[in-house]
Amino acid sequence: MLHQTEIDRLNSLCRRFRKDLIEVLHERQTGHPGGSLSVCEILTVLLLAEMRVDPADPDRIDRDRLILSKGHAAPMLYRVLAERGFFPVEELHTLRTLNTRMQGHPCLLDTPGVDMTSGPLGLGLSVGLGAAIGLQKQGLPARVYVVLGDGELNEGTVWEAAMAAAKFRPENLTAIVDYNGVQLDGPTASVMPEGDLKAKFEAFGWQVLTCDGHDVSALYDALQAAKAAVAKPVVILAKTVKGKGVSFMEGQSAWHGKAIDDAHYEIAMRELGGAD
Amino acid sequence: MAKTLREYYGEALVRYGKENEKIIVLDADVSGSTRSALFRDAFPDRHLNVGIAEANMTGMAAGLASVGMIPFVNTFAAFITSCGLLAARTYGSYSKLPIRLVGAYSGMSDAFDGPSHHALDDIAIMRAQPNFEVIVPCDAASTDWAVRHCLESKNPIYLRMSRDVFPNIYPAEESFEIGKGKIVRDGTDVTVFACGLMVGHALTAAETLEKEGISVRVADLFSIKPIDRELILRCAKETNALVTAEEHSVIGGLFGAVSEVLAQEGFPVPVEAVGIRDMHGECGPYRELQAKYGFDADAVAAKVRRVLEKKETFGS
Repeated sequence: MLHQTEIDRLNSLCRRFRKDLIEVLHERQTGHPGGSLSVCEILTVLLLAEMRVDPADPDRIDRDRLILSKGHAAPMLYRVLAERGFFPVEELHTLRTLNTRMQGHPCLLDTPGVDMTSGPLGLGLSVGLGAAIGLQKQGLPARVYVVLGDGELNEGTVWEAAMAAAKFRPENLTAIVDYNGVQLDGPTASVMPEGDLKAKFEAFGWQVLTCDGHDVSALYDALQAAKAAVAKPVVILAKTVKGKGVSFMEGQSAWHGKAIDDAHYEIAMRELGGAD
Repeated sequence: MAKTLREYYGEALVRYGKENEKIIVLDADVSGSTRSALFRDAFPDRHLNVGIAEANMTGMAAGLASVGMIPFVNTFAAFITSCGLLAARTYGSYSKLPIRLVGAYSGMSDAFDGPSHHALDDIAIMRAQPNFEVIVPCDAASTDWAVRHCLESKNPIYLRMSRDVFPNIYPAEESFEIGKGKIVRDGTDVTVFACGLMVGHALTAAETLEKEGISVRVADLFSIKPIDRELILRCAKETNALVTAEEHSVIGGLFGAVSEVLAQEGFPVPVEAVGIRDMHGECGPYRELQAKYGFDADAVAAKVRRVLEKKETFGS
């Protein structure tokens, strides 16, 4: 369990991250706000409370790995990595510009702290499974965390990987679904109904945990429970709200990847507590 | 008696697997066909059969490579370069993770299964991926080297294997180098650039043509990417007529690679291409397919005669 002071610290950081995200996406007039806002607490708890990583030695072989399979949430990943000390926060302002280290989707070659390239959806769980097996074979005590979008679960590869994970069952793999119910073209229920995800993962041989994906304490507890489970691979269905924190973006597919105009920027910043 | 190329490949995996514990082998339910089963029997802990799931297999290989393992990914060439391509381009090409994709049953070597299982575009597909090395061995020694090279190179690699028996061209101790072709028979009238199955066919054609008074040089361009630019230009200048020979479409493969070098260097020389035209084949006995679709020794000889006719009138 997280101490209350740690909960307060993480929540305070998440408020700041949301503001910084809107600031940068407004400035750049490109990037994905909806899914970045929904995954904020998940990435914050992982990188700032849970994972063993070393900004002074980003490539050390025994570090925990994070694969942001829903790569379009890259801006939030970069913001949290900057907070963890991998590069200066100011560098976020170069997002999606020429010569930047902040590519539109994460690339492991470009950005310190980014463990894996992503962008094309549906492959992160496969890669995470391979990494987990490889670490285990080498006796390295590192964990692999794969963060998936729920829209991404449309991709068949995710289920190939789900089957394979149940077969090979590395104990160092945790999957987390940013379960916000909305994808680019609309609600997941209308674009491609996914039915009972808990039952589906269980049928594929997984243990399923559920939690509020915006509750840092609940997320932290779920990660601990996932570590303790060894009989089956574990997926955390983290219930989130797409566009969380900005009223007109919440639950709206239109804000999956739309540029933020000046009027909407003013409203969003006011709601998030204004510029410091 | 020569064995199948895939058999030499499986044996090489086992040979180097003994001394290198980082080697890990993945297969998609065809390990008996690819011969990765030889590695499975020797090192069951380092063989992952992922079932019929090529895309997942290639993604898993990327994860394994990212933590320092050396993954060899095995299935039919037609499927690894299609189902596996998204992961190959994202993690191998774009992210430079050193995955090793091994395309078994390339060309029409899975003859009786027909066009759905033939791979006549795999070289073109993988050659277009930045950072990938593309290697087409032609016999036991070059296959052994290719597997050894996979342990040393830091680049992602596509290794093209075959279901069939090819004649051995090189002595077992022959040394090879990535990006360097090999002249396997010297000649002065024309150079045939070949790879894989076609190296043996080109040598047979050269013997036939010698009786007609035609002197044929045969060069093995097993390293399709990087290609040996220097050798291509030297042969173009010395013989002034070229033939490319590949068990592949004439679009985007060896013919493409050689022609690009000549065009970029502005060196005018007639080139004829042995390979499959812009079409699919059919099922049937392998030798009969080779004859019908024009990638056997007779096809090489015919193209040599044709390019020599062109050579006479070229530039005049």
